[in-house]
Parts: sequence; structure tokens; C-alpha cells
Amino acid sequence: MVKSIVLVGVGGQGTILVSKILTAGLLKLGYDVKMSEIHGMSQRGGSVTTMIKYGDKVYAPNIGIGEADMIVSFEKIEAVRALPYLKKGGIIVTDDREIHPMSVLTGAAEYPHDALDKLGETVENLTVLKANEIAEELGNVRVSNVVLLGSLVKKMGLDQEGIDWKELVGNMVPAKAKEINLLAFERGYAL
Amino acid sequence: MEKVILSGDEAVARGAYEGGCTVAAAYPGTPSTEILEDVVKYKDNIYCEWSCNEKTAAELVSGASIGGARALVTMKHVGMNVATDPIFTMGYAGVNGGMVIVSADDPGCHSSQNEQDNRLYAPHAKLGMLEPSDSQECKDFTVAAFELSERFDVPMLIRMTTRICHAKSIVELGERNEVGVRKYERNTGKFALLPAVARRRHVAREEMLKKMEEYSNDCPFNTVETHEGNTVGIITSGVSYQHAKEVFGETADFLKLGLTYPLPHKLMKEFAEKYETLYVIEENDPYLEKEVKALGFTNAIGKEKLPICDELNAQIVREALTDAAKPELYQGFEVPGRAPALCAGCPHRGFFFALSKRLDKVVPVGDIGCYALGSAAPLNGFDYSICMGAGISSLIGLAKALELQGDKRKALGMVGDSTFFHSGLTSLINAVSSQANIVACILDNSITAMTGHQDNPGTAKNLMGEPTPIVDIVSLVKATGIDDDHIAIVDPIDLKTVEEALDKAIASDGVYVLITKRPCVMIKEVARANAGKHCRINTEKCKNCKMCMKIACPAISLKDGRPVIDESSCTQCGLCMEMCHFGAIEKVGA
Repeated sequence: MVKSIVLVGVGGQGTILVSKILTAGLLKLGYDVKMSEIHGMSQRGGSVTTMIKYGDKVYAPNIGIGEADMIVSFEKIEAVRALPYLKKGGIIVTDDREIHPMSVLTGAAEYPHDALDKLGETVENLTVLKANEIAEELGNVRVSNVVLLGSLVKKMGLDQEGIDWKELVGNMVPAKAKEINLLAFERGYAL
Repeated sequence: MEKVILSGDEAVARGAYEGGCTVAAAYPGTPSTEILEDVVKYKDNIYCEWSCNEKTAAELVSGASIGGARALVTMKHVGMNVATDPIFTMGYAGVNGGMVIVSADDPGCHSSQNEQDNRLYAPHAKLGMLEPSDSQECKDFTVAAFELSERFDVPMLIRMTTRICHAKSIVELGERNEVGVRKYERNTGKFALLPAVARRRHVAREEMLKKMEEYSNDCPFNTVETHEGNTVGIITSGVSYQHAKEVFGETADFLKLGLTYPLPHKLMKEFAEKYETLYVIEENDPYLEKEVKALGFTNAIGKEKLPICDELNAQIVREALTDAAKPELYQGFEVPGRAPALCAGCPHRGFFFALSKRLDKVVPVGDIGCYALGSAAPLNGFDYSICMGAGISSLIGLAKALELQGDKRKALGMVGDSTFFHSGLTSLINAVSSQANIVACILDNSITAMTGHQDNPGTAKNLMGEPTPIVDIVSLVKATGIDDDHIAIVDPIDLKTVEEALDKAIASDGVYVLITKRPCVMIKEVARANAGKHCRINTEKCKNCKMCMKIACPAISLKDGRPVIDESSCTQCGLCMEMCHFGAIEKVGA
């Protein structure tokens, strides 16, 4: 059995770091894992997509439309953009953060503030988190990615014996930001 | 041995280390960049550098190979177009130390101007070719490539794709094979490719390729997987093997090709004749399919059902080749697009804003680099872009064509500092020699930015972290014979100066060079210096005219109908302050 997760966000949000930590954890849990990332121009504020597949044996590294068991989104409308990947009955977990793209900043387009309400009417399994609010409470909005990770680990049942997720997080984030990231993970896990 | 999770790029770097490589060079390009960024971890064993361009990198590595070193050169697919001149010659000459060329192709054009299939270069340049299908193979094939290169006296091409380069999977590490450097001995009959030598080398190469094809028929890289009772046969290579395997599992037999030039014709025949249903599954061009059909297996199904355009995934293969029902999808709804944009504080923004007010006077031409992001609305920075260097050289022809139709607009192009060193200098020399009537802008942000901040000849250090002399762009420009009156050097954030310089440049005759000079805000040292600095809008002074929003800065957005500055992304470049007529934008922080 292979599970497929699509993680989406905006360049600079730490989507890839969360994917790397998740991948390292899944490897530790004994799964075969493949992680595929599309970046390059995305660090300039574009959409970022990473794909993780894990199970007994994983072949293809990327995920096609209608193939994902789960979408994890770090931003509201990115969750909507990733919707075609979701399998019927699949799960979406998203932060309720809004990051306005250039078309909205210049007034050429309107940001759909109600995007998650509409998404909730479309899919059966939508969890909306306030990861960015928690991160702001902790003092740095940039750790909202790790808040989301904490929540995911619990939601996906990956908090198994033989793995210390906090140790993994601690090892993979910048040393000076270790403490706040550990707090972020705890807060996410407690959600 | 230790098992780790590596991307394909990281695995090639590891393979170079384990395979006894001693010299490596590249010009950065997505999705190949991370290979050399990882090779530098082994700098005690491997000399490595960012070269000026792919051709100089390939020439450096050709020299290293002739000199006896195992050498690696890596590039993105379009980079190989630049590098093929030396590579084709090395295809005839052969090697001394093993020579390995990595081409990282980009099916789906994730970050490229095309999705050319560089497998076609292997038969064209007469190189051996390996196609890994995961990170373990990336490492193992790289180690093997050095050995095969020396054994068959041929440069080896390793052809990767984005989903191989940027996908991480498990790799078992090995030890370094310390082969040392082969002794250099003068051998003009092999390496001095004058016509008489070239004719002989061509014969030798064809003979060697025949021997290599025999090897290809019986080598560990080309493998057959069969299961009792299967009636479907699949021939595939690279990441397409993974897609096919995911769809068909053990319900089809596989001929998985890893050594894809010379192709194992005997093995392919033996496999193909067993199946009534024969699929050839590959991304982009029908490279394998044409060979299979040429062997007489016209029943083979490939591009009749699978797309030539874009990358593959398992779902596309499933829909094309099986009866499986199409997955039911959720109906989404339209949301605003999110194209990448110039960063907050990007020095290019000032240049593009000034240029945007003069679009009636110029035909603007782009090039490859971060400034490509200036092409979008509202800056509308350029009409076309072709390849590296064309931001200057194509102006020569464009200016002629405009003149011939009585179009008075000036041909104005832009290249970055790294692009100028890559191929812009020869373009500029050409323009001077052509007595062209153009404006060449060099947007110098002191780094190769788009690919993730690599050093170039204009920066003070190299890939290995050693200090290097700075090659001065202004001196180079002057050395082409352009006089001081036709050169302007401006700070792109100083709008008034940029606008004056642009007006003067557009009004001038001959070749005018406008250099904008300000470092990228994402360079670590620059970011550190800007930490804590930002701008703020004084709401009492703000008249809500929204002039500050015209520069399309991602740090400025509308909140409740009024502009606000995001303090975490603002770098205090001050461009918006120049826009404000009411002095409502203030600097905050050190």
C-alpha cells in the first residue's frame, strides 16, 4: 500500500523543509519513500509543490491528478489550486494563511477570502488550521510550517514508537531557530 | 554500508566521489545545479568550479580527461546546446581519464524555455549514454560511467530529467575508488583532430561503438523482468520505468534500459518478439520507439497513445494504456494565479519601472535570468527572449529589421552579470563590430541569482570558497572600444538617474551600454546587512493615491483599501519612497 501526499505553498514558506523532515521520519519508520520537489523559479514567490509517496515499495516519484490521498497546504488558495490531485474521499489539511499574489497586489484580481468555505462545500475531509496565528503567538510567523508538521504527524498516525520527531525537527532546522521550532511542533501536535 | 536519502543530483555528486573523479565543472542551470553544489563537499578530492558557461566547462573537463583525470561536467539540457562543440569532437577523440557529461533535461518545462530530449545527442555526438531511473542508479551509474568511458574510450553521457534530479530516494553509499590520474602522454594521432586524424578517429569510433553495442546486449544496465503468463511486454528507460512499473507492476514483462546508447538491438529483438502487445513507454521524443520499430516491430505502441509533450506520470500511462476507469475528480474553482515575481527589494525593479515608462520608444528584449520575472504585467519588461546572450546579439538583427520597416523605436536588450560573462561579451563585441544602433543593458546584481546564488567571475570567491580576482565588467566594455560617452553606470534603485540614463541611451547613436549596479538582496551578506530595516507608511501623510503600488513590489499590498508595507519582507530599498509625492513612506530600523 502506497500513500501519496501533495504539499503546496508559496516560495519562502518552508514547504520543502517540512517535506524533508517528513521524508526523513518516514524513512526512519522503515518505509520506502520518494519525495519529488518542483522549485527553481518558485523561490521568487511562486507556487511550490512537493510530493511524497511512502509504502512497502514506491516506484513513480511524482503524483498524477486524482492520485493523492492527502493535500497539505500552507496557504488558502494553494489548497484550491492543488485540488485536482486529490483522490475522491481524500483529505485536505490547510493553514488559513492568505498570501496575496502579484495579480491581487496590483488590483488586477480579487483574493477569494471565502476560498476555504467553498472548498469545504466541495470536499468531505477538510481541516483548517490556524498555524500562522500560533506561529505569530510564538514570535515568528515563519515557524507556521512546523506547526503544520506537528499536526500532520499526529493526524497521519506517524507518532509511533522508535521515532523521536522532535529530535528530527531539532536536527533539521537552523540551530538558532531550534527552540522556537520545537515549540511550534508541540503546539501543532496538540491541535 | 550506510543508507541515506538523496536527490538524484546529490547521488550523482556522490557517484563522482566514489568513482574517483578529480575534476568537475559546470554552469548552473535547473535542474542540474545541485550536482556541483554537492560535489563541493568532496573538494579535498575533487577540484570543482562554476565555469563561465557550459562550453568552457566542457572544454575544461575535456582537457582534464586528455590530461588523465577522471572528470565530470554537468549542465541543464539547453546548456548542452552551448557545450556540444567540444563534446562532438571528444566523441571522435575519446578520452584518457574517464569523461562524464551530465545532461539534466526538463520535461514539462518546469524552469526552461523548451523540453528538448537530449537522448538524441548520444547517437549524434557518438557518446555512450546511461539513463538512471532513481537516486541509487544515479550514484551507481555515475561510478560505472567513469569505468565505461575508459574501457570504451568514449565520453559517457548521463541523461537525467527533473523528476530524477529533484526526487529523493534511498541510496546505499560506497567507498571512494582512488584511481589517481592516468599519465599524460602526447598523442596527436588521437587528440589533435586535424582532418586526417579525424577521419581515422571516426573509423575507430564506429568500430568501438559496435563493440559497445555487444556489451550493451549483455550488461548489468539493461535488464529483463519476466513473470509467468504475461502477454504484455514493455520497453522503457529512466523515470518512465517507474511510471510503467507503478501501473503494470508484475502484470507485464519489462525490458528496462539503462545503457541507452548504443542500444542493445539483439536484446531488444529477443524481448520484443515474445509479445503480441508491446508498449514503448518514454517521455518526450520516441527515441526508443523508433529503434524498436526499425527492428521490425511495427506492432509496438508508443506515441500513438502516449503524449510527446509534457512530462509523464503514472496516471497518464494508466489512462493511455489500460482500461482502468478515469479517476473521479473534485471540481475546483478559479483562484488568482501565482506567477513568480521580482522579490521585494530586487534591484531590477527600479530599472524595469523606469523602462516601463519608455515602452513607446524601445523594443525591449530579455534574456535568461531573474530579470525574466520583469516581463510580467505591470512592468511588461520585454517583448521576447531567446537564450543566453541573445539579449544583446539579437538586437543587431532586430535593429536592422526595424530600420527596414521605418520603425523608429530603439532595440534595447538586457543581460545579467552572469549572462554577460556566459556569452554576452562576445555578443557585445559583435554589436560593436557590426556598428549596430542599440542599447545593451547589463543588470549587474553581483551574483548568478536565479539558480540559487552561485559565484561567477564578477564575484570575489569561487565554488570552493577561495578568494578569486574580480573580472571587471566596465573595463571589459571599455576594451571593446565603446567610449565613455556611450557608457552609463547607475544604481537601479535611484529612479531619477536611471530615467536620465535611459533617455540618453535611447537618443544616442551606435552601441550604448547601460550598466545597473546593485547586489541582489537575497545574497546572505546583503540580507544580513538589511536585517531589521524596513519602510512604513505614515497613515497621516498618506493620501491613498496608490503611486507606491505601481512598482509591483510584493511587500506592498492593500489592506482595507489602503496600501500597507509588509515589514518582514521589505528590505528598505527605498524605491517606493521615491514614488511617494507626499513623503508618507518612512524608514524604520537601523
